[in-house]
Amino acid sequence: MTDNAYAGPAIEFRDVSFQYASGLALLKGLNLSVARGETLVLLGRSGSGKTTALKLINHLLSPTGGQVRVEGVATSQWDVIRLRRSIGYVIQEAGLFPHFTVAKNIALVPSLEKWDEARTTARVAEMLKLVGLDQELAGRYPRELSGGQRQRVGVARALAADPPILLMDEPFGALDPLTRAELQREFAELQRRLRKTVVFVTHDLHEALFLADRVALMEAGELEAVLTPEEFRGSRHPLVSAYRDAFLSERPQE
Amino acid sequence: MGLWQFLVQNRKEVLELTGEHLWLVGAAMTLAVAIGVPLGILVTRVPRLNKAVLGGANIIQTIPSLALFGFLLPAPWIGERADRLAILALTLYALLPLIRNTSVGIQGVDRTVVEAGRGMGMTDRQLLWRVELPLAMGVIIAGVRVATVISVGVATIAAAIGAGGLGEFIFRGLAMVNNQVILAGAIPASCLALAADMGLGWVEKRLSQW
Ligand SMILES: Nc1ncnc2c1ncn2[C@@H]1O[C@H](COP(=O)(O)OP(=O)(O)O)[C@@H](O)[C@H]1O
Ligand SMILES: [Mg+2]
Repeated sequence: MTDNAYAGPAIEFRDVSFQYASGLALLKGLNLSVARGETLVLLGRSGSGKTTALKLINHLLSPTGGQVRVEGVATSQWDVIRLRRSIGYVIQEAGLFPHFTVAKNIALVPSLEKWDEARTTARVAEMLKLVGLDQELAGRYPRELSGGQRQRVGVARALAADPPILLMDEPFGALDPLTRAELQREFAELQRRLRKTVVFVTHDLHEALFLADRVALMEAGELEAVLTPEEFRGSRHPLVSAYRDAFLSERPQE
Repeated sequence: MGLWQFLVQNRKEVLELTGEHLWLVGAAMTLAVAIGVPLGILVTRVPRLNKAVLGGANIIQTIPSLALFGFLLPAPWIGERADRLAILALTLYALLPLIRNTSVGIQGVDRTVVEAGRGMGMTDRQLLWRVELPLAMGVIIAGVRVATVISVGVATIAAAIGAGGLGEFIFRGLAMVNNQVILAGAIPASCLALAADMGLGWVEKRLSQW
């Protein structure tokens, strides 16, 4: 998908709306571009539509209005399997297959893509190293891992076939604060090296400001503002201020 | 003459009838799995069929077994031989637990796990074979277990239509008003049911660890 000379944004929401057959509009008039190699954080309270927006990118959901374009092509025009295999997907609690070993979980997309065994094995070892996991863990099952280890495996699985895009839905949300901070640091470091196009969903302002190149603030299915962390800290936008106040009172030193 | 003595003296017939019994149950369970599991999968894929399929299997379940044998008698090819008839009836009885456990088992697989797989680019077929069925297998085997135990019991009635099996002793004993002969059929049948229950229970436990 990167062989052509397409130079536009890696991901683009064009006037996107979404609603379930039953209910009211969950997303309204969403316009947003994500540049290649950028980490864009979708920040918003729970229920604001972050997960929904993310699932529109890998076409787990399709927009009821407008277009979501990946590499310049509307998701509805993509071969959906090809699209998804070129997008890594990490979710809260990792969503690992409980009946697969760590190695088999990481090798998921390579095995779907029918890589040969030697290449797959080498890749699994490389991925374990990349996310800071001991090679010995390869034969374990997810339930034999700590939450932090599971989340690392989730990241390794998402990166295994070297997709240019990574979607992460509150990947560190269920971890204790220390482990979370550790994984945030390591992920920032990883991303400095890999330069993937990342869309990262969180409701945690500190996490957003720490990881983001730009923060997209969502509220009730609408995009309120898209700001760099720098701009976010200085913005007078009422919702931005409200966010800052809520988190400042929690951690006064910032 | 004690029961044990009777069994030993008639061991050839006991073994023969046990063999027939196993054939009836084994053939019926094979057919029931081959039909019930795909139907169970189907209703998870086409939910509007759920009511019709489960309702149908439910109705079959409520037909008294002797009556079901009777209903099937006029069926071509099937009605020609008593064991075919018995196998078909047993198969029909086994469908409900198999369909239900297959669909419940698949629906019980953690949705986030399935969605993660879909999001990573697994096709429906890959999700079914590599994720949903393996994770549902414990529940499906539980259905096989229930169905097998029921079949071992119902198969004793097959002797009434001449399909053989351990029911032969039971019906003969009833006719002779001889408890020992009844028990010579009933006890081995109970042992079969218990063995199936324990054996499949073990398999179920092994496969339910996820
Ligand atoms: N299958 C569904 N049918 C109807 N409404 C849904 C469904 N899934 C989620 N929602 C609703 O959509 C809204 C937005 O959800 P979501 O995108 O998950 O928000 P967030 O990730 O920001 O917490 C929520 O109010 C949720 O209740
Ligand atoms: Mg969410």
